[in-house]
Amino acid sequence: MSDTATGDERVKEMSGFRKALIRPELGGIVGTVAVFTFFLLFAADSGMFNAQGIMNWSTVSAQFMIIAVGACMLMIAGEFDLSVGSMIGFAGMSIAIFSVTLGWPVWMAILTTFALCISIGALNGYIVIKTGLPSFIVTLAALFILRGFTIFFPQTIERRTIIGGIDDAAEGDWLAPIFGGEIGQPIFVWLADLGLIDVFERGNRAGEPVIDGIPMLIVWAIALVIFGHIVLTRTRFGNWIFAAGGDAQAARYVGVPVNRVKILMFMFTAFCATVFATCQVMEFGSAGADRGVLKEFEAIIAVVIGGALLTGGYGSVVGAALGALIFGVVQQGLFFAGVESSLFRVFLGVILLFAVILNTYIRRIITGER
Amino acid sequence: MATGRAPIVEMKNIEKHFGSVIALNGVTVEVYPGECHCLLGDNGAGKSTFIKTMSGVHKPTRGEIFFEGKPMQFDDPRDAIAAGIATVYQDLAMIPLMSVSRNFFMGNEPLRRIGPIRLFDHDHANRVTMEEMKKMGINLRGPDQAVGTLSGGERQTVAIARAVHFGAKVLILDEPTSALGVRQTANVLATVDKVRKKGIAVVFITHNVRHAMAVGDRFTVLNRGTTLGTAQRGQITPEELQDMMAGGQELVALEGSLGGTV
Repeated sequence: MSDTATGDERVKEMSGFRKALIRPELGGIVGTVAVFTFFLLFAADSGMFNAQGIMNWSTVSAQFMIIAVGACMLMIAGEFDLSVGSMIGFAGMSIAIFSVTLGWPVWMAILTTFALCISIGALNGYIVIKTGLPSFIVTLAALFILRGFTIFFPQTIERRTIIGGIDDAAEGDWLAPIFGGEIGQPIFVWLADLGLIDVFERGNRAGEPVIDGIPMLIVWAIALVIFGHIVLTRTRFGNWIFAAGGDAQAARYVGVPVNRVKILMFMFTAFCATVFATCQVMEFGSAGADRGVLKEFEAIIAVVIGGALLTGGYGSVVGAALGALIFGVVQQGLFFAGVESSLFRVFLGVILLFAVILNTYIRRIITGER
Repeated sequence: MATGRAPIVEMKNIEKHFGSVIALNGVTVEVYPGECHCLLGDNGAGKSTFIKTMSGVHKPTRGEIFFEGKPMQFDDPRDAIAAGIATVYQDLAMIPLMSVSRNFFMGNEPLRRIGPIRLFDHDHANRVTMEEMKKMGINLRGPDQAVGTLSGGERQTVAIARAVHFGAKVLILDEPTSALGVRQTANVLATVDKVRKKGIAVVFITHNVRHAMAVGDRFTVLNRGTTLGTAQRGQITPEELQDMMAGGQELVALEGSLGGTV
C-alpha cells in the first residue's frame, strides 16, 4: 500500500474499512443482518430464537445451502442448471424404487442413485459443451424429462406417485444414517441437564431434551460450504472455475481445460441435488414425485443474493450460503411472526431486489465494470 | 541486429487454404532472437492467418515451420506455448472480472502442499505479480485488484509480462496498439522494447506504420496473402511501407488529397 503514494495519482488510496467492506459477500452480509434485526424486533418472543426455533430455521436454511453451493460454483463457471429441482425428485424416487420396490439394500440404492444422477449431470454438461447451446435451454429440457420420469416410473410400477417405507428399509443400514441421522445427542442431553434448553414435560419422551441432535442435513450443508469455499478460493481448480466463467476463450488460450471444468461443475451440482434428495427421503421415509419443484429457482436466488454474477466469472460460496440463510430465516420467521404466509414471496422479492442492486454496485467498484 | 545469428523461427513458403479461399500463398518469414519483427498489412492481407499458423491455431496447407533449426508440427496452441511461442491477443488477453494475480498465473497456478492437499499458493502469486508489475512500470493498488480496473494498455502489458515470465522465446503480439490511446500506445511500445532487450523475439502485428517504425528492427509487408519482402530498419521509409501495404499507387493520390493524414 505504501508504494502507491509514489504511483499513479489517479489510483485512490482505499481505507482499510472500505476495503474490508468491498467484497462480493457484502449484499449477503447486509441482508443477513437486516433479516435477523427484523425478526429479533418483531418475533423475538415467538419462540423463533429458542433452541427449537433455531433448529427449525437452521434446517430449512441448510436445505437451501446444499443446493446453493452447487448452483453457485456452476454459475461462476458460466453455466446454469435448471434441472436441480427435478433432479431432487428424480433422485428421491430412484432411491425409493431401488430400495422399496426392488428390495435392494438401502446403501446400494443410495450409491446407485448418486452414480446415476452424477452421470445425468455429466450428460447435461456434455450436451452443453458439444452443442454450444445455452445451458439454460439444455437443462430446461432436463427439467421436464427428469420430472416426467419421476412421475412415470412410480405410476407404472406401483400405481402411485408416493413411495413410502424407506425408513423401515433403512433400519440398520450403514449408509442411511450419514444422510438421515443426527449427531451430537449427548451435547443436547448435557445442555438440557444444565437447563439451557428445554425438555419435554409430558408424554412418553418426558425428560428428554426437545432437540435430539443436529441433523446430518446441517452437517452436509456446512461441509459442502467449507469444501466449496476452499476449492473456489484456495485451489488451482478454483482459479479455473473463475476463468472458465469469466472468459472461456481467453482461458483456453492459456491452457485452462474449460470443457472439463464445466462438465465437472454440472456433475457437482447434480451431486448436491442428490445429497439434498437423500437427506429428505431419509427424513420423511418416503419419496414423492412432486419433491423439489421450484428448487432450482430458490437455489439461483440464494446464489444471486450472495453476490454471484448471472453471466459467470464472479461470485462467492460464502455469499451463496448467506443467501440460503436469508431464504430459510425469512420463510420460517414469517411463520413464527404470525405473518400471512403469502407475504413470504413479497418479502423475498424485496430482499432479492435490494441485495442484487447492492451487489451490482459493489461489483462495479471491485471489477471496474462500466 | 539479426546478423550472424540463427533465426529462432523460420516460416518457409507457408500456404493456407480455407476451402476455395487462398488466405496465404507462399509466405516466407524469419524471426531472430532479440529482434522486433513487424508484420504489416491491411485488413484481409493474411496477417491473422499467418500468426495463427505460427502459434499453432491453424495448420499450414503447405510449407514448413522450423523452430530453433528443427522442423516443427504444432497440433494445437498448447504445443506452441510449450515450445516457447506465446501469443497475446488484442482483447482476449485477460479476464476483467479476475484479479491481476489470478490472471497472471491463470493456467500456471503455483501450488503449495499441505499434506496430501495441494493449494493455490496465493502468497507466492501475489509477490511475483507485484514484482513483475513494478518492473513493467504498472502501479497496482494490490495484487487482488481486478484487471477490469486497468486500462487497455496496462492489460496488454500484464499479458506481455505474463508471457515473458513463463518463458516465452517468441512473443506474438496481435495488434496490441490498435485500440489504444496515444499514451497507452507509448507504454506498450516501451514494453516491447524492454522485452526485445531480454533476447526474446517479438512478432508485432499492426497496420499502423508509425507504431511499427517506432520499435521495429525489420518489417515484412503482407498483401493479399503474399509477402512483398522484408526490409531492414533504415532501408525503408514510412511512406514506402504505407504504399506497399496499400498495394499500389492509389493511396498516394488519396493521401495527397487528404493532406498526408492517412
